Amino acid sequence: MQVLKRKSLALVGNHAVAYAIKQAKPQVLAVYPITPQTTMLEKLSEYISNGELKAELIRVESEHSALAAIYGAALAGARVFTATASQGLLYMTEMIYWAGGQRVPMVAAVATRAIAEPWSIWDDHQDFVSKRDAIWIQMMAENVQEAYDLTIQAFRISEDERVILPVMMGFDGFILTHTMERIEVLEDWEVDSFLPPRNFNLIDFSDPIGIGPIATPDEYIKYRYEAKKAMDRAKGVIEEIMREYEKLSGRKQYGLVECYKCEDAKYVFVTMGAWSGDAKVAVDRLRNEGLEVGLLKIRVFRPFPKEKVREYLNSMKEVVVFDRAVSYGSGGVLANEVKAAMYGSNVNIHSVIAGLGGKDVRPLHFQQVMYDLINGKLEEERWLL
Amino acid sequence: MTLITVPKRQIKFLRGNAACPGCPIPKELDILLEELGEKTVLVVPASCTTVIMGDTSGMPSTVPVVHSAFAAAPAIASGIVRQLRMRGDKDATVVVWAGDGGTADIGFASLSGAAERNEDILYVCYDNEAYMNTGIQRSSLTPHGAWTTTTPEGKREFKKPMPFIMAEHKIPYVATASIAYPFDYQAKVRKAKSIHGFRYIHLLSPCPPGWRFDSSLTVEIAKLAVETGIWPLFEIEYGEFRLTSVSKTLLDKSKRKPVEEYLKLQGRFSKLKPEDIKRIQDYVDEMWEEIAQMVKK
Repeated sequence: MQVLKRKSLALVGNHAVAYAIKQAKPQVLAVYPITPQTTMLEKLSEYISNGELKAELIRVESEHSALAAIYGAALAGARVFTATASQGLLYMTEMIYWAGGQRVPMVAAVATRAIAEPWSIWDDHQDFVSKRDAIWIQMMAENVQEAYDLTIQAFRISEDERVILPVMMGFDGFILTHTMERIEVLEDWEVDSFLPPRNFNLIDFSDPIGIGPIATPDEYIKYRYEAKKAMDRAKGVIEEIMREYEKLSGRKQYGLVECYKCEDAKYVFVTMGAWSGDAKVAVDRLRNEGLEVGLLKIRVFRPFPKEKVREYLNSMKEVVVFDRAVSYGSGGVLANEVKAAMYGSNVNIHSVIAGLGGKDVRPLHFQQVMYDLINGKLEEERWLL
Repeated sequence: MTLITVPKRQIKFLRGNAACPGCPIPKELDILLEELGEKTVLVVPASCTTVIMGDTSGMPSTVPVVHSAFAAAPAIASGIVRQLRMRGDKDATVVVWAGDGGTADIGFASLSGAAERNEDILYVCYDNEAYMNTGIQRSSLTPHGAWTTTTPEGKREFKKPMPFIMAEHKIPYVATASIAYPFDYQAKVRKAKSIHGFRYIHLLSPCPPGWRFDSSLTVEIAKLAVETGIWPLFEIEYGEFRLTSVSKTLLDKSKRKPVEEYLKLQGRFSKLKPEDIKRIQDYVDEMWEEIAQMVKK
C-alpha cells in the first residue's frame, strides 16, 4: 500500500475535531458552550467568522435547543454538527432521543465529563454511556488522532443510506480535548472525495409530508424494529467505511474493536476511550515480564460489536473490563455489555470501576489489577478509590 | 338586496380532522395557510394540534408539518429556516404553531432565544388558556379566576402578558388576533409574511370543553373577549403600537361591554363572586389605561 507523506499538525483534541468539522463542511451548526468542549466552539466560531467554514452557526440559548436546531436543519437537508458534554448532554437528552427515533443523520461530539452532583468538570464516561439506548451510533476515540479520524468517518456513516442514524463521537474531556498531539490530517480534497455532499431533504413543498406524527401501537413497534435493523446493518457498513478510510489515510488501525497483543493472550483488559493508551503501556510492561497479556479496545459502543468481542475473548482465561461509568445497582456499564456478549461462555469476566470524576488512572494501576487477576485475587467487581 | 358572492376557495386545512366540535384551530390554520401559501412549513410542538394533525396514516395539512418535542419548536424552526436560506430559498415561511403551554411555559426559553436572535420565523401562539390536550390543567396563560383541574378553586394569578413580553424583545412584529375577527387576523398574517425577522401573533382560541361552554358559542365568546376589552386587538410594528379592528373604538370605557358578559357564558368562571368579577374588571380597565398611554406615544 502506498503511504502518502501526510501533512501533520500539532493540535489539542478540541481543535483537531474543529479542524475535521471544517473539512467535513456542515452547513448548519448549533453549539452551546460547556467545559471541556468550549474551545472547540471558539475555534469553530473563528473558522466561520474568517470564512474558512461557510456555515450557519446558530448561537442557541441551551443544549436542548442546540440539538433541536440541528435537527430542523438536517430535515431541510443540511449536514449538521453539535458538540457538548456532561450536563449539556443530559439537558439535550430529550432531543437526542428525538433525533435517534426519527433517524436523522447528524454528528455530535461529546467531550466526556462526569455528571453532577457533586459538581465535577473532569473526565469519566457516565454522560456518554447514558445515551446507549437513544438509537445513536456511538464511537469513542483513544487519542487526538482518532478523534479527528472518527469525526470525519462519523458523517459518512451517519449519511450512508443503509444506516441513516445519528452518530456520537466521544473523546475524553481534558485528557484528549486539552492535550496537544501531533496528528496527520487529510487534505481538503481527500475529505471532499470521502464525504460527497449530502443528498437528503424532507422539507419538500411539492410533496408535503408530516414528520414525526403520532404512531399507533401497531405502527410504533414497526418503526422501532426498523431502527434495530439499521443498527445491525451499521456494523458491516462501519467496518467497510473504516477500511476505505484506512486506504485513504494510510494508517491501519480501524475497526469496531482493536485487539492489542491479544491474539495469543490468556489474560486481557477490555477498555474504551483514552485510557486504552495507558492500558497498552501496561500490556507492554507485563509482556516484558513474560506474562500473556493483551487488550481489547472497544471503539464502537453502539452498535455493540458483540460478535467481535466473542471472537476475541472466547479463548481467554480471564477478562477484566475497566469502566469509567457505572449503572448503579447493577455494575460497570461496559462490563455488563461484555458479559451479555459472552452469554453461554465459560470465560470469567471481572469488572473494575475507576477514574470516575477524573480520578487519575495510570499504567501502574492496570498492572496491579492484572497481577491480582493472574493470581486469582481479583474480585468480581473492584473499585479503585 | 344584493348578494355578496365569495369566489369558491380551496380549503387549505382539510376537514375530517381530529379537532373537537367547536374548536377554532382548524379554521385558524386554514386562514393562516391560505394567506401564507404552499411554501410554508408548520413546526408543531406537543399540543392539541399534534392530535389534530392525525397519525402516520395521513394528515389534514396541505403543507409540510414538522412535529416537535414540547420545548423545542422555536429551535427546530431556527434550524429549518437557516438551512432553507442556505439552500437559496428566500421566500418560504417557517411557522411555529404552538399552544399557550408550549409558548409561555415549557417553550419560553427556546422562544425567547429565537426572538433574541431575530430568527426569520413567524410564531403563532394559539392560546386556549390551559393545557387542554392533557385535559384542562392551568398554564401561565390561564386567566385569573378560571377553574381548571389543577386550580379547582379558580386560578389566583393573572395571565402572563405574552404579547408585551415579546414586544420587549424588540422584534419587528407583534400582534394579537381573534377567530371572531378573521379579516383582522388574516391581514396580520399577510403583514407578518411581508416582514423578515421574528414575528409573533397571539391568537385567542376559545376551547368549548376546557372553558365549559356550548360548542356553538366559540365565535360569540371570542367576540365578547374583544368587545369587553379582555382581549384587545393590536399590532406592534417595529415598536409602533396600533389598535386594530373594533378595539380601536374601545379606548373609552363606556364603549366596552362589562367583563361579566364574557365571563358568565363560561362554566370555568361559574364560581366567581361579585368581588372576583370586580377585580377582573379593574384589571381590564387598568390594562386599557396602559394601552391609552401606548396609543398616545
